[in-house]
Amino acid sequence: MPTIKVPPVLRPQTDGEAEVQVDGGTVGEALRELADRHPATKDQLFSPEGDLNRYVNVYLNDEDVRVMNGLDTSAAEADTVVILPAMAGGAGRFSRI
Amino acid sequence: MASTETLDDIKARVKQVTPAETRAALESGDAVVIDTRDAVNREDARIEGDHYAPAGQGASEAHGEEFAERVEQAAGDRGRPVILYCGAGNRSAVAADVLTKDHGFKDVASMSGGLTLWEIQGLPVVTPEGMSAEQRNRYSRHTLLPEVGVEGQLKMLNAKVLLIGAGGLGAPAALYLAAAGIGRLGLVDDDEVDESNLQRQVIHNTERVGQPKTESARQTIEALNPDVEVVEHRTRLDATNVIDIIRDYDVIVDGADNFPTRYLLNDASVRLRKPVVSASILAFDGQISTFVPFEGPCYRCLYPTPPPAELAPSCGAAGVLGVMAGVMGLLQANEVIKLVMGIGEPLIGRLLLYDSLGTRFTELKVRRDPECPICGPGAQEIPESEMGKFPDYELFCAG
Repeated sequence: MPTIKVPPVLRPQTDGEAEVQVDGGTVGEALRELADRHPATKDQLFSPEGDLNRYVNVYLNDEDVRVMNGLDTSAAEADTVVILPAMAGGAGRFSRI
Repeated sequence: MASTETLDDIKARVKQVTPAETRAALESGDAVVIDTRDAVNREDARIEGDHYAPAGQGASEAHGEEFAERVEQAAGDRGRPVILYCGAGNRSAVAADVLTKDHGFKDVASMSGGLTLWEIQGLPVVTPEGMSAEQRNRYSRHTLLPEVGVEGQLKMLNAKVLLIGAGGLGAPAALYLAAAGIGRLGLVDDDEVDESNLQRQVIHNTERVGQPKTESARQTIEALNPDVEVVEHRTRLDATNVIDIIRDYDVIVDGADNFPTRYLLNDASVRLRKPVVSASILAFDGQISTFVPFEGPCYRCLYPTPPPAELAPSCGAAGVLGVMAGVMGLLQANEVIKLVMGIGEPLIGRLLLYDSLGTRFTELKVRRDPECPICGPGAQEIPESEMGKFPDYELFCAG
């Protein structure tokens, strides 16, 4: 049962949960399970074609899955899947992005 | 030395001379003046015309004869007058006692009050080139560190660092870089101080509300450390000015508040091979990494595509814990200092995440993207004539 770490910006969509335990054997399966359990995350994570959105980085423990097998990367019980979007912060003057 | 004997007992027994007497003896040639401190202190300041014989801790038995021989070598023979000095007059007193009691020296004195008193009395010292007496004092806690020393401090005094943004991240970073003695700090910001900034942008204050942030920052920095030259760039970074602005600096601190600027800065810094220490904060979280072009990944290797607006709110919309600016801004300053001095391990190829609610740090690996359009092997070489031309980042980020 790998653990998915949900970034703060996605927690409203997971009812505030920061860590979600899933069954999935691969990173892709784990994320899809998350999307099934919390449908509001689906569009944030996946494109309409079912691929992981390019602007979402996913790590298996500390390694980007892009340098491993992408969504087919195996995720074992003790593993952590980290979802990481970029942040820019700012006082809010720039509201167009 | 008997175990019940105190330093005061020794000092009472040993011949003591004042700094003024020492100087007179040195100038007339009546005595040989010897510095007994550790080597690292000697780099800091010393008396011109002195000799050097470190006495070690307490001039113990093991070092005693070696020390005595060095003193003899400096003096000529064990009968000639010798004046020992150290930082405060303690080690030299013990050493003088040992030389007299155990090593047959006939005329050894200790300079009371040491170099500290010598300087207080306004007597001249020799300092390494580039640092004044005030600077030696100001940065003493740095130069005491073996990894820094005078050499490292001089590197910082000669460094030029640019901060993109004098706001949440730029404020604490600029403060501590100024305190550290970074010789030139450039600040890029066209904004004015607002009261809502003061919850985290500690370089500003209530009296500065309404002032340009770069001017406010400059005032704080000048009061903190007059060694620092502040260059205000009251503008926003864009394709027309980025190359001209960044080219004169050694390291860049990215505290930008939007994605188009981060991508622009990345592309320009890779072109000019400038390292960028990049951080961002939101709510209770922070991220930081150090991008050194071609040595490690660039910003685009990490984030090839910017997120849509709903995944990247601003602090103005979602809020941010004030201390997050401090934590991450100071981590940025720490990175800059390591890059400038060439010490330690910067966050190259490493993304550090900080969660302040759990007080947890997580580290993720960042790899160079082989398909990166900016720094990958397939990236186009930009000719000099095209250096200032950039794509439309707003469009890129609007996706």
